[in-house]
Amino acid sequence: MRPRLTLSRAFVMERTWPFFIDLSVAAGLLAGFYAILWIAKFWFSSAIPEVEIYRSPAHLPLYAFYSVVRIFVAYALSLVFAIAYGYTAAYNKRLESLLIATLDILQSIPVLSFLPGVMLAMMSLFPSRQLGIEFGAILLIFTGEVWNMAFSFYTSLKSIPRELMEATAINRFSRWQRLFQLELPFAAIGLVWNSIVSVANGWFFLMVCEMFPVGSRNFRLPGLGSYLQTAAAHGDFMAVTWGLITMVLIVVITDQLLWRPLIAWSDKFKFETVESGDRVTSPVLDALRNSSVLGIINRYTFRPVAERFYMEAAARRKRRKPKPVGGESKRGSIAIYVVTGAVLLVVVGIAAFRALLLLKGIHGSEFLRLLGGAGLTLLRVNAALLIGSLWTIPVGVAIGFNPRFSHIAQPVAQIAASFPATALFPLILVALMRVGVGLGVGSVVLMLLAAQWYILFNVIAGAQAIPSELREVATLFRFRDVQRWTTVILPGIFPFLITGLITASGGAWNASIVAEYFQLKGRALSTLGLGAQISTASTDGNYPVLLAATMIMALIVVTINRLVWRPLYHLAETKYRLE
Amino acid sequence: MTDPIIQAQQVEKYYAQSKDARILVIAPTDLAIYPGEIVALLGPSGSGKSTLLRMLSGLSRPSAGKVLWHGKDLDSAEINVSIVFQSFALFPWLTVLENVEAPLKARGMDAPHRYRRSLKILDTVGLDGFEAAYPKELSGGMRQRVGFARALVVEPEVLFMDEPFSALDVLTADNLRSELLELWQKKTIPTKAIFLVTHNIEEAVLLADRIIVLGRNPGHVRTDFKVSLAHPRERKNQAFTALVDYIYKVLTKPDVVPTEVPVLADGRRVRDQRQMRYEMLPHARPGGIAGLLELIIDLGGRTDIYRLADELAFEIDDLFPIVEAAQLLGFLKVEEGDAAITPEGKAYAESEILKQKELFRKAAIDHVLLLRQITRALANKSDHSVPEEFFLDMLDEQFSDEECRNQLETAINWGRYAELFDWDDARRRFMLHVHEGEDGGEGPADEVTEGPREQEKAG
Repeated sequence: MRPRLTLSRAFVMERTWPFFIDLSVAAGLLAGFYAILWIAKFWFSSAIPEVEIYRSPAHLPLYAFYSVVRIFVAYALSLVFAIAYGYTAAYNKRLESLLIATLDILQSIPVLSFLPGVMLAMMSLFPSRQLGIEFGAILLIFTGEVWNMAFSFYTSLKSIPRELMEATAINRFSRWQRLFQLELPFAAIGLVWNSIVSVANGWFFLMVCEMFPVGSRNFRLPGLGSYLQTAAAHGDFMAVTWGLITMVLIVVITDQLLWRPLIAWSDKFKFETVESGDRVTSPVLDALRNSSVLGIINRYTFRPVAERFYMEAAARRKRRKPKPVGGESKRGSIAIYVVTGAVLLVVVGIAAFRALLLLKGIHGSEFLRLLGGAGLTLLRVNAALLIGSLWTIPVGVAIGFNPRFSHIAQPVAQIAASFPATALFPLILVALMRVGVGLGVGSVVLMLLAAQWYILFNVIAGAQAIPSELREVATLFRFRDVQRWTTVILPGIFPFLITGLITASGGAWNASIVAEYFQLKGRALSTLGLGAQISTASTDGNYPVLLAATMIMALIVVTINRLVWRPLYHLAETKYRLE
Repeated sequence: MTDPIIQAQQVEKYYAQSKDARILVIAPTDLAIYPGEIVALLGPSGSGKSTLLRMLSGLSRPSAGKVLWHGKDLDSAEINVSIVFQSFALFPWLTVLENVEAPLKARGMDAPHRYRRSLKILDTVGLDGFEAAYPKELSGGMRQRVGFARALVVEPEVLFMDEPFSALDVLTADNLRSELLELWQKKTIPTKAIFLVTHNIEEAVLLADRIIVLGRNPGHVRTDFKVSLAHPRERKNQAFTALVDYIYKVLTKPDVVPTEVPVLADGRRVRDQRQMRYEMLPHARPGGIAGLLELIIDLGGRTDIYRLADELAFEIDDLFPIVEAAQLLGFLKVEEGDAAITPEGKAYAESEILKQKELFRKAAIDHVLLLRQITRALANKSDHSVPEEFFLDMLDEQFSDEECRNQLETAINWGRYAELFDWDDARRRFMLHVHEGEDGGEGPADEVTEGPREQEKAG
């Protein structure tokens, strides 16, 4: 019966749908064109650092639109940067270890530490245009989105099978052809999943990047983040609710219109030899594939351009000789490397020295305060991880072991993961203040809110990955609860739990900056902690303290990664791998 | 005689290991490929077959020596070659047609021409109608057909094949082989020479006009001869089996050590592994050795290795390590392609499990230097535990990094079985084996884990 059913449905689709699909695609293209015009008009208008935010829901669509544009421009920049960075790191043996170490450190620097520098630089680049402020905000979001994508692309490139690389070499692929036919497709799945994480991170920071003071100046951009903050500051709960509904809508729409089609599409890049049964489906993707407008555009623009491109590349290659795989670079280039390396070393050395001189201005007592704050934040982060694990492990295992439940929970969870915890912060802070809980404890709640989901999803996935035979053994031999947990469940979910904890720990550290210091109703709420110290230093334009605090945080994060997470991850990969 | 298409002059390949040691993978080798011939390169694993193929095809550069293409240096020559890979190396995200078109695209051919030529070659290899399919929808044999189409579509002058049939089942491989031969003999494809790397002796004899047999450690040519059997060749034919038997004899004959050790231009010496202290441990499992010995006893205690391979449906890469391991331990004697069991071997094969372990332990200590060193080090250290680096450091003067790991892995495997020592995998340390009263219980448990793996390998 089934084949007939699908056949008849496909038939109906063919007869009636193309017209509507083409209509909607055309409408989509027109709307995109108008949106670009609108954004351009706004960006090139004269600069208004502190826009007034209206709390009426009627303004929400426009605010949401501005925020979405910021997120995706930052995302596009991240994608290009990640590919360029990953590519250089993977193929340039001389720079590889340096670039990867840099990535590791950059990943551990909180977004807000970049804020004053980026903002002031952008303002001086475009002093009279809105573009400057906009770009400042976009660059900040970019720093929250880019690192994991660069890392993903790099690892993908490094794991391309040798024979595939050789096939491109022996068939004389140009670099571009290799990029489009081998490297990008091979990395596509990793990039898609990391894009989802990145955009979620982007929203997380957008909430703070749209409204902030730097030194004596206040910045406020029209957007969803500033709307939510303003609404919360005025205690306008109707407006907060409208804002949150908009946020949920955006997350759901992004998931349906962008991520699901992308995941379904990227399925063809799976590097597998047999077709797997279970796959994500997306009606939107089917619609796009059936659209004849897009087909025509493809046939008359992209394809001819690509053809020209390949011909050009082949002609250019003919003039050069083919190089063997992994061939050594020419002698001449070594000299260039040495010279540029030396120049860079001097420049970096001087700049680093200058920066360290800044630190001289900090008193000993200030340093002690910073270290104390670091200790407190470390405690909070770990408390958040502990509380998070305590409730998510049993719940996650329960969900994972129940196929019916996890079938419903999975898509909901995916959307929940994309929802920025920072959007809820103002609301929760107000609630905490009503109850009389200070920010010292309250910030743990906020960190927990930002970090616990990572643990939950990974535990669910881990519980699902435990083979049912192992669970049957436990039942067969009548393992008691303790034994069941210690011999089957905990070792089974261990690799997933570690992955979740690593991500959650990163999320908690990031959240500490927003959680320990918050501007609400025109006054600053804060508690002693490294995150608060970074925020205040950034707000006051106190660069020596900002630098010192950032260095301390980066040092702590990198050290914990090296000493705790990496060995645990190694253990998970070797001893607790279920094969 | 016609001029060779490709000529390798004294090519060698080595990897720098430490400051004053380099691991020689391929000893200086001369080799030429002439038009009109199918050359098969045959050798056990570790003989550098694939490395040689990659040097000849221009994928990798020799460490010393030259590769000439029609008398010109490979770097300046316009070469036209293709490779058919063992793993097919198709792009899973491209359709069959797109996969075949890709090399033409790289050469800048325009779309209509590309399309016509790709369709024609797909038709030739029997893939008509599969243009729009993705590789994952196809069976292994069909996928390798795409691999052939992609290699042939550029009309290569020399077609290189790196164990192209070894990932396929026996029947599919047979079918594909005969179709390739047909294309070649009817001159349907303009290719002038085929260079085939294989570890399947019968495959080489079935296809090749010339067979080059490589020895290993380092890779070097042991023999190079013409095959003048008429096509189609029959496996049961007297001349055919005689030739296969001859190759087995060549492969099992002890290798002669070359007298001179090459010295590099900078005065460093290239180390030759046959002059080293450590014998190379063949990567065989104790269970496999016992199984082989039992089979030889069943065959009357003495047998042809060719027959043995036939009986087990093993290729040389599967069989040789086991034969060599049995030989190394003194359980087996090999001469003129015949394997004969020794009294020790007979005793080992016919004992029960605990006794077997004891005999293995004795043989291992007597014949394997590395195992002797490990046990001695463990006995002498006060905490009776030694990290693996200690032995890796000793081995790496002699073997490449990867081979060091493999050597150690095999040593661990043997030592654990013989209860010479324990191994802590998480901490990567050797520990002294504790012999307790009820220790005997562990023996059969070991065997249980050993058994299924061997079955898997045979199946």
